[in-house]
Amino acid sequence: MAKGLSVKHLLGIKNINADDINLIFETAENFKEIINRPIKKVPSLRDITIANLFYENSTRTRLSFELAERRLSADVLNFSASSSSVSKGETLVDTVNNILSMKVDMLVMRHPNPGAAVFLSKHISANIINAGDGTHEHPTQALLDAFTIKEKLGNIQGKKIAIIGDIMHSRVALSNIFCLKKLGAEVMVCGPTTLIPKYISSLGVKVSHNLREVLNWCDVANMLRIQLERQDIKYFPSLREYIMQFGLNKSILDSLDKKIIVLHPGPINRGVEITSDVADSSQSVILDQVENGVAIRMAVLYLLAGKVSE
Amino acid sequence: MQQRLLLNDGQFDITINRLCYQLIENHNNFEHSVIIGLQPRGIFLAKRLKNHLSEILGHTILCGNLDVTFYRDDFRRSEKIHIPSATEIDFIIENKKVILVDDVLFTGRTIRSGLDAILAFGRPQKVELLVLIDRRYSRQLPIEPDYIGKTVDTIASEKVKVEWVETDGKDQVWLQTKE
Repeated sequence: MAKGLSVKHLLGIKNINADDINLIFETAENFKEIINRPIKKVPSLRDITIANLFYENSTRTRLSFELAERRLSADVLNFSASSSSVSKGETLVDTVNNILSMKVDMLVMRHPNPGAAVFLSKHISANIINAGDGTHEHPTQALLDAFTIKEKLGNIQGKKIAIIGDIMHSRVALSNIFCLKKLGAEVMVCGPTTLIPKYISSLGVKVSHNLREVLNWCDVANMLRIQLERQDIKYFPSLREYIMQFGLNKSILDSLDKKIIVLHPGPINRGVEITSDVADSSQSVILDQVENGVAIRMAVLYLLAGKVSE
Repeated sequence: MQQRLLLNDGQFDITINRLCYQLIENHNNFEHSVIIGLQPRGIFLAKRLKNHLSEILGHTILCGNLDVTFYRDDFRRSEKIHIPSATEIDFIIENKKVILVDDVLFTGRTIRSGLDAILAFGRPQKVELLVLIDRRYSRQLPIEPDYIGKTVDTIASEKVKVEWVETDGKDQVWLQTKE
């Protein structure tokens, strides 16, 4: 028996500490063993109802959360903004309070506005897991990325991790930076000057605009997608130019003097940030990330469910 | 805190030895039988039995560890959260005779979780229960052991503590009473 997590909600990696992260990893290892059993289900959360609120599109995260919830035997409610009363003008708090009146214990929410989960946590009592809020945070993605790196390299402390691509619009980048720094890694971000926020170095990360230099430095490269849907103006002259400067292809990868690990949070734009032969190479751990995602989400749900008031 | 010795290291050895021979009486050469220790404290007893049985029989026997954390019925009912330990069952239990092993049998609730957990690995032909210490008259569920190291009469506020060479430096069992 132990203390459990220091928080009631998982709103972002910024709000949790290294002990919380390690506790989540420890618990996720056990769930990873369970999801490889013939019967992949445990009854822990049989008395819990969880609503998945998706105000923004998602494939991986949504399926992963739903699978994690079902494998813990929770009851699951799915909600997507496109087919709901949101289009009739209902506010976020009203929608959530209506859902909570139906005796829902926990919420998993994805929302296009940064801070939506934090805002909601101030108005309701149910436990909230942030499944991505705009360009702010995506904590479970950062946890599963770090868990995958730890699994492959044995440790995070002192490792050199590069995050490459659209840093400005990426919640994955921000959560990853918080998570990796808390676990003692060195982090460098890389991308076009226009896609790297001005004050990013205040988070203790190095900045580079030269892909080859970054790849020579790092042990792990986390390749991010260009978030065209969040870009209201043009941030670089052409996609072709971006690919030539920041796209990871097999010839660059093979020219490095060490074998680095390649991560990608998905969805992949093959041929843009990463070529197909890199995505499908033995150095890519993209599908391990997806597998670990279910275990990490089971761990987060399990640990937070312990804090649901009776 | 007061404590009284229930088993010293000499008696401990004799008890383990007797339990092994009782198991052999029912399971012959363990061809279709496996031992499964319940995490966290039952795994020491399971390992001890496995080693001793392997010596007597002259061949190794299958032994695994089972964690029941996610099958407990007191999740969210206690202040603290239960942190799981590893489950290691590297063999098939389908149609095997499974001997569940734990150090102390008290309310029977851990064993209930263990029965639930073991079914996730298949359908055993039979499940038996072996405990080192049986705190009788304290059961909250209709669960009784098939093999008992020692039976003791206790009250709920008392605690039975089993110590192992591996972790505590000596094999012995104490009955502790809070002042």
